[in-house]
Amino acid sequence: MSQIQDDEILGKAYDAQLMRRLVIYLRPYKWQVLLAIFLSIAVSGLEAVRPYFTKIAVDVNIANKDSKGLLTTTILFLLLMILRGVVQYYNAYITQKIGQQTIFDLRMELFTHLQKLSLKFYDKNPIGRLITRVTNDVEVLNEMFSSGIVMVFSDVFMIVGIVWFMFSMNAELALLSLSVLPFLIYGTFLFRKKAREAYREVRLYIARINTFMQEHITGMLVDQIFNREKKAFDEFEKHNAGHRGANIKSIFYYAIFYPGVDLIGAVSVGLIIWYAGGNALQGSVTIGTVMAFLQFNEMFWRPIRDLSEKYNIMQTAMASSERIFKLLDDTSFIKESDRPQLFQNVAGKIEFKNVWFSYNSEEGNENWVLKNVSFTINPGETAAFVGHTGAGKTTIISLLSRFYEIQKGEILIDGINIRDVSLSDLRKNIAVVLQDVFLFSGDIKGNVNLGNDEISLEQIKSACRVVGVDKFIDAMPKNYDEEVKERGSTLSVGQKQLLSFARALAFNPKILVLDEATSSVDTETEILIQSAIQKLLSNRTAIVIAHRLSTIQNADTIVVMHKGEIREMGTHQELLLNKGIYHKLYLLQYKEQEAA
Amino acid sequence: MKSLTRLLPYLARYKSTLYLGLLAVIVSNLFTVATPWFIGEAIDELKRGLEKGSLQHTDLLWYAGIVVGFAVVAGVMLFFTRQTIIVVSRKIEYDLRNDFLSHIQRLPLSYFQNTPTGDLMALATNDISAVRNVLGPGIMYPADTLMTLSMSLVLMFVKDWQLTLLALIPMPLVSYAVYYLGKVIHEKFNERQEQYSVLTTKAQENLSGARVVKAYVREEYEIEQFRKASWDYFKKNLVLAKAQSVMWPLMFILVGLSIIITIYVGGLKVISGEMTIGTLTAFMTYLSLLIWPMIAFGWVTNMWQQGAASMKRLAKIYDTVPTIRDTEQTDHGIDSIKGDIEFKNVNFTHGSAHTPTLQNINLKIPQGSTLAIVGYTGTGKSSLVNLIPRLYDISDGELLIDGIEIKKIPVEVLRKNIGYVPQETFLFSESIAENIRYGDDDAQRELIHEAAEVSQIAKDVADFPQRFETMLGERGITLSGGQKQRTSIARAVLRRPNILILDDALSAVDTYTEETILDRLRNVMKGRTSIIIAHRISTVKDADNIIVLNNGKIVEQGTHEQLVTLNGIYAGLYQKQLLEKELEEL
Repeated sequence: MSQIQDDEILGKAYDAQLMRRLVIYLRPYKWQVLLAIFLSIAVSGLEAVRPYFTKIAVDVNIANKDSKGLLTTTILFLLLMILRGVVQYYNAYITQKIGQQTIFDLRMELFTHLQKLSLKFYDKNPIGRLITRVTNDVEVLNEMFSSGIVMVFSDVFMIVGIVWFMFSMNAELALLSLSVLPFLIYGTFLFRKKAREAYREVRLYIARINTFMQEHITGMLVDQIFNREKKAFDEFEKHNAGHRGANIKSIFYYAIFYPGVDLIGAVSVGLIIWYAGGNALQGSVTIGTVMAFLQFNEMFWRPIRDLSEKYNIMQTAMASSERIFKLLDDTSFIKESDRPQLFQNVAGKIEFKNVWFSYNSEEGNENWVLKNVSFTINPGETAAFVGHTGAGKTTIISLLSRFYEIQKGEILIDGINIRDVSLSDLRKNIAVVLQDVFLFSGDIKGNVNLGNDEISLEQIKSACRVVGVDKFIDAMPKNYDEEVKERGSTLSVGQKQLLSFARALAFNPKILVLDEATSSVDTETEILIQSAIQKLLSNRTAIVIAHRLSTIQNADTIVVMHKGEIREMGTHQELLLNKGIYHKLYLLQYKEQEAA
Repeated sequence: MKSLTRLLPYLARYKSTLYLGLLAVIVSNLFTVATPWFIGEAIDELKRGLEKGSLQHTDLLWYAGIVVGFAVVAGVMLFFTRQTIIVVSRKIEYDLRNDFLSHIQRLPLSYFQNTPTGDLMALATNDISAVRNVLGPGIMYPADTLMTLSMSLVLMFVKDWQLTLLALIPMPLVSYAVYYLGKVIHEKFNERQEQYSVLTTKAQENLSGARVVKAYVREEYEIEQFRKASWDYFKKNLVLAKAQSVMWPLMFILVGLSIIITIYVGGLKVISGEMTIGTLTAFMTYLSLLIWPMIAFGWVTNMWQQGAASMKRLAKIYDTVPTIRDTEQTDHGIDSIKGDIEFKNVNFTHGSAHTPTLQNINLKIPQGSTLAIVGYTGTGKSSLVNLIPRLYDISDGELLIDGIEIKKIPVEVLRKNIGYVPQETFLFSESIAENIRYGDDDAQRELIHEAAEVSQIAKDVADFPQRFETMLGERGITLSGGQKQRTSIARAVLRRPNILILDDALSAVDTYTEETILDRLRNVMKGRTSIIIAHRISTVKDADNIIVLNNGKIVEQGTHEQLVTLNGIYAGLYQKQLLEKELEEL
């Protein structure tokens, strides 16, 4: 059970190489950073000077019974407090702003980078992990960019300032009251370490509780039907008790630490009083000095505590930035041609010439998915691809859009190798309709034009009319502005299909790639889908992974694939006469559709 | 705030510990608050000594000793405070979370279908921890604050009541400022969190839809959309930063005001001889003691408000009465069932749906027989079998098991005798053996292997790295759809149920394996009742009785031969199946 996700592993708190790279992100804001550092030093100075005023008031004004002087001192004191408040406010705000600006930049860089990565990258990396990079890992850096870097100055200056004031007042007393400092520092850092360990244990248990809850709420049916409620409860109780135990452990550290800090402070106070008793007569200690020292004494431990917290911040920041940079350094892009050819007014002739492809590009270890595949589809014609699952049909359509790079052979459109044109030009000419329709949360119209302003509402409406999804949209309260939930969860399978057809139609490309869905829909929707497909296919070159007999029969060419190879090619009639694989497939799968 | 009274029974459990904790609060405060008094005395002693011109190291040693000694006592007591009150809050959190799970375990399936998992998760984590805050810090700090406040005030009043009143003027403002700003910060924080989830969703959608984004060359647009969401998040963060940044400076100014008033007014009094310099020092120390209680006051008020809101949400769950449970009509004398099932004019409508899912179902499933159910998707097949283990209750009509009204049978007894394989297989991220053992906790290893053999998962398991101990899910291997179904069948078979229900549980299993499984099942289920929902005719053709459901009604019923000659929906499906079989043989 001690397995920790790699996202939780923490390493050192400082890595010069990572740090150098991180600091680059602060560069655009260097003036703000300088200002923030200046302000935080100012805050520390103003804070450290405070007890000094007490001393003046007591030793100079009160001792000399100078009530006018006392008023002046108090007013100065008041102004100082207000100034300090204002400076502290701006300092805190600017520090936060620096952090937020930096992580905004970093997040955008990361997201933009992800857009460029090829599908191969997406196949390898679980989406959940990528999301964590963009969201949580970047978020963690905020603290480092804001409080981590700037506030360190403030804390260090605060300590230096206090020490300086103390020594300038009375060096001996300063040494004496600072004699407890090593204990305070050691105690604080020890506590931090212990508290951090306890906190990690707490988090581990929280993660377990969450995983357990999530799983057993989703699987509640199984628990109930198999009378496992008690058993599941007992197991949950274990995690829950572990969580309680870890928390109680952490309470113990806090219970020791806070009174401990108070005690160390009290010892210091005791030392000050005792020393004053012995030395006041020699005139080296005044009452005002004693009072000022009593105040300094209280101010010491906050910057020390802050500094000990910085260790935590830096440690998580180093771990997160390492993961982020690793992702930024991954350049599995599809390589764009240096001098792309013009690719306009595409006619739509598609040629595959001796194409070999494997998802595993490692040489000698290829597991060929496509073997020596060659075919030609003339402009305006439809080619239907049939065959079993794993025959390589889906791969062919992925290759046409150049989602993956082929190892051997070439793919040509209008006689131009697709590697010689820019990716965006290539893909703009191909509309892809996949089996598993992907809808974005937003509204209906946005899912048709995918945010492309060049496609007007009129064009969206007309596309929807052509595929026959308009009636259903008209029936919705907000029509084309109707909300679409994540993954289109409120829409039926058939509606989603039709919307994706409308999407392809609205983009109006010369080439259409269609992976027909197999999911069963009611008869009415099926009729709509069939007629929509016919409209989609007319006037463009199309590659269809076909499951419907009507689609196949109407195709100009039928390509039968088997285990990565093309086994038969021809029209419906030709292939039937051939009495090969297609003939058998037809008898088994499609004849039934014909009857229905 | 009223909702928090529900916590009283929980608090009562730890009564004595809590009293001890409160006692510790009182004692620790007595000693903390007394210290500045002695510091003041020490300063006066120092002054007297200076004036007299005679001062020894030892003169003030007594005071120094008291300061340290008192700090030790106060520290020990503070330690006990945390070890009692805060520890109790963690214990109650544990109790609350256990009660939460055991309560939702009793809620029916329909509840989970209508409640997003995320909502329940949020309750179990965030809301319970908000309530915990009330019980721990929410009790400790007010107790502490009240003690410090009253004791310091008494001592300050005794020393000089005029100065006390003057010095305290800014203090209520501190409490109010903390309360008000705390509220604003909480609000802004929530707004920011909402935007954060918008951002997360955006990233999630973009990354899972990468294929579509690339295919339609929408990268630029997506980046623009993400930039907008990200920028919004940036702005919300700045608003929050402003609110947060104002908090501490404001606090310091207000507290500073108190100190300044004390120095000036107190100073004048010292000059005029009304007050000693020691008293002034004591006052200053008291003020610094009061800062934290004043801040805690505002802070705790927020905590209580948030805790009350969370408790209200939790109460809603605790107050949801489980609809499917044993009632007065339950006959607890029934301790087993044989498996004779009869539906009499059964109608069933889902929750608030307008149209009934099942209509006028009349069906007898004699003990030991096999019933098969076929029909298109969405015609009520799953709903029909879900009525048998009472995942849902029928709307009207009668459902009899062994001739007894189903509601009279204790739910536990009923379910214990049913082996159910749901349409959506759900396996836990535990080992394969553990998942199968779900069927029967006491099952020996041999029985598990046997069940795995029946469901044909045993062969696959033999190839796994750690055989039956191989973990599933994130920490282990991912099973294919067919493997999941077969594991899930083993789980049901393990309990040797008197009623076995397979809800489309062989859809991802190839026909050859399916035949073997069915064959083995026939053996195991001899004399027991089986109900099989399937799309493939090969799965159902040997059943004793086959029903065809369409739009929630039984439209065809009979044996395979009878239904084929009927030439209806079933016969149509059969034709197609025949052709498929030929394909297998190619």
